[in-house]
Amino acid sequence: MTATRASVESVSGRACVLRGDDIDTDRIIPARFMKVVTFDSVGEHLFEDDRLAAKGNHALDDDRYEGASILVVDKNFGCGSSREHAPQSLMRFGFNGFIGESFAEIFAGNCTALGLVCATLGEDDLENLMGSVDLDPEQEVRIDVEARTVTSRVGTVACQIPDGTRRQLLEGSWDATGMLLDGAEDVTKTAEALPYVSGF
Amino acid sequence: MGNTPRNLFDKVWEAHRVRELPSGQTQLFIGTHLVHEVTSPQAFAMLRERDLPVRFPNRTFATVDHIIPTDSQVRPLSDELAEAMMTELERNCRDHDIHLFDVASGHQGIVHVIGPEQGITLPGSTIACGDSHTSTHGAFGAIAFGIGTSQVRDVLATQCLAMARLKVRRIETTGKLNPGVYAKDVTLAIIRQLGVNGGVGYAYEYAGPVIDAMSLEERMTVCNMSIEGGARCGYVNPDETTYDYLRGRPYAPQGDAFERAVDWWRSMASEPGAHYDDVVEIDGSAVAPTVTWGINPGQNLGVDEKIPTLHETPDDERASVAEALDYMDLRAGQPILGIPIDVAFIGSCTNGRISDLREAARVARHGQVQPGVRALVVPGSQEVARQAEAEGLDEVFRAHGFQWREPGCSMCLAMNPDKLQGREVCASSSNRNFKGRQGSPSGRTLLMSPAMVAAAAIHGKVVDVREIL
Ligand code: SF4
Repeated sequence: MTATRASVESVSGRACVLRGDDIDTDRIIPARFMKVVTFDSVGEHLFEDDRLAAKGNHALDDDRYEGASILVVDKNFGCGSSREHAPQSLMRFGFNGFIGESFAEIFAGNCTALGLVCATLGEDDLENLMGSVDLDPEQEVRIDVEARTVTSRVGTVACQIPDGTRRQLLEGSWDATGMLLDGAEDVTKTAEALPYVSGF
Repeated sequence: MGNTPRNLFDKVWEAHRVRELPSGQTQLFIGTHLVHEVTSPQAFAMLRERDLPVRFPNRTFATVDHIIPTDSQVRPLSDELAEAMMTELERNCRDHDIHLFDVASGHQGIVHVIGPEQGITLPGSTIACGDSHTSTHGAFGAIAFGIGTSQVRDVLATQCLAMARLKVRRIETTGKLNPGVYAKDVTLAIIRQLGVNGGVGYAYEYAGPVIDAMSLEERMTVCNMSIEGGARCGYVNPDETTYDYLRGRPYAPQGDAFERAVDWWRSMASEPGAHYDDVVEIDGSAVAPTVTWGINPGQNLGVDEKIPTLHETPDDERASVAEALDYMDLRAGQPILGIPIDVAFIGSCTNGRISDLREAARVARHGQVQPGVRALVVPGSQEVARQAEAEGLDEVFRAHGFQWREPGCSMCLAMNPDKLQGREVCASSSNRNFKGRQGSPSGRTLLMSPAMVAAAAIHGKVVDVREIL
């Protein structure tokens, strides 16, 4: 068993602001780039269509945000398909933390499975953070998973990370395979007790 | 717990709970794992890296749907990337002893179409698949989750998921659907009412007379789009309609075992008086044929309504309405009726089953596809195609100017040659109208029922199907 069991206590680095509600996974990584048998190349196509359409005016093409490791977004980020290609492409592009007003559920779950942090902020705190990063993209932004806070030039504010997710990140149990394998005997028992598994 | 009435979700959860995990989540046993070519290769690779076998190969079924072309499916596929994905799936299934419904099997199709038609999808079970529309299988009273690739790996290796329990919202339908109004309209109306985020944290239980009166295929359409409403899964309690549908299906229990199964399935249904975290009502009699005008499925209207103006839009939606109007090139206050279309797509896991094709053909008989409109009919599976051909529906479509294609996901997401070009507008029976979803980064999608798509095809614009039927 070589499962990664690294604890994720915080994420810090420069941030990039990407505005817009309901940014779906088709926009994060258009489906045509999913025709791959490994995830190696998906980072290169992050937001490809949006970036082409924006003709250089997309946040990801903004030099001021270059090298950012935290992406600050609005509402319902990552809605749409369950493709893990979306967090994979964000991770491979260099993001390992996300701060937004809300995240789509499957997206957030997929992030956790990769050890990426999704933290939510109230509307006002988020707006303040966006404004501050906009003005001063050089500043360090930090998501503290343990304390559930976001720190920036604006100060330190409380953020939300669901209990279970927080525990998984802190304990390094976000890669679930190892943890699930540990329950192997119980799995057999549960399976045998299910009439449809045993053939009625 | 014994005598308190419980809902189906809670019963299924309890029956499949392996143990509580240190993370606070539940280790949940997954009865059936469905696999397709796009989200599985990386998961199999992770398994190989860790030297792990597939835990329950006989509870795992695979098919190819997303990348398969719908003109010629002869191997090798002309798209090398698609051929590579297909070869990889074949290899993984061979190496791990997993049943693959490939093109040669005669049972290939969209994963959410073939599971039900093979009798693999059963009430009271848990199902997972690396595809968000796995919620479709909830129509049988299964709890079915769309999962990411790391979770596909988890299920392959352990037949389990680590999950937090969901809340349950009962969506109680009332009244009766009017002629020309379909399951698709109901599901769009629910999303409009509750919002594209409304379901976050919930499983949806669809109930009430409108749902009770629906066929199993219609219930699949409703459950399919649970995910568009933000819900993690959606289900309908099993009833006689469910048992009749399942009787005699290849993978369903047979003979006496079937009768024992029905007893168990019945015992898993929600009981009167069960607790729900939330209950909402929706009036089926008030639902009209519905069309999306924007860039998320909640931006929809009854066909006789007008696109909202910004000042009648709530503050927090204004930005997205403005963005949608701009992208779709529509005007606030414009009627949805009469919007011209370039492409008509009938198919997908939402609406690519035999009953959908029958309804579309019924409308197609009333005219010819408008010159300049490209109209595709793509059956959801090889079974659906055979049945349609036996009923002569393929002939009807061809005679009226529609293309009759081979089964696959086709233009639902355009990971295959079927794509919109440029700014084309597509009347589509699929489930997502996101920017760029149908293969052109600037392509536009109007979601509607298959009958409405057929009507749009023969008029070259959005029309009210009730005036044709
Ligand atoms: S038809 Fe569309 S939504 Fe359904 S499985 Fe295929 S791509 Fe996904």
